[in-house]
Amino acid sequence: MINRLKALRAERGWSQQELAERLDISRQSVIAIETGRYDPSLPLAFRIAELFQLSIEDIFTSPSAAGRVQS
Amino acid sequence: MHSSSAQQRYNRRVLWLAIAYATLLLPTAYLLKLQLVSGPLAVLLAALPAIPFCGFFWMMGRYLSEETDEYVRMVQVRLLLAVTGLLLAAMTLWGFLELFGFVPHIAASWWPVLWVVGCSTAACIQRLRARTDQ
Repeated sequence: MINRLKALRAERGWSQQELAERLDISRQSVIAIETGRYDPSLPLAFRIAELFQLSIEDIFTSPSAAGRVQS
Repeated sequence: MHSSSAQQRYNRRVLWLAIAYATLLLPTAYLLKLQLVSGPLAVLLAALPAIPFCGFFWMMGRYLSEETDEYVRMVQVRLLLAVTGLLLAAMTLWGFLELFGFVPHIAASWWPVLWVVGCSTAACIQRLRARTDQ
């Protein structure tokens, strides 16, 4: 799943550690999500969306939708 | 890498269990090797060191239920499955080789020791990998 977490974090000037603390997760988890190695669960995706005051779709793009955009 | 509070609790519990294991194993081995006890008491004594070891498995289960970081929990579950699968495969292979007389007998009590060593080694490798990712 493609996400804009790194860009959104950079816009706010937060470090990975700061974001991890705000989400109550480990920095390891933030890195895994940002690099696309891990897709968060729906409750965590909601927490991320609420933190950035955006909808889940504004942050995460489904692989099928990303494929449609590319083609 | 920062340890979660669930990991810190798990480490503390495992340390206490390791102390309990060593405390029970040494006098048990001494008493049974010198045949200072016999009968049902000897059987009970021989089974005693298994209790803290079973505690390791229980603590692992408690850790997984207490870990709130879903990514860390997923990594730990994968690690446990990999170590358990490898150990079961090794046990199966060794069992057949032993059955046909190609390798010596290994007491079954050594397999959980290998499991704990395997899990600890895999956890160390995982921590190093996580550090290089950052």
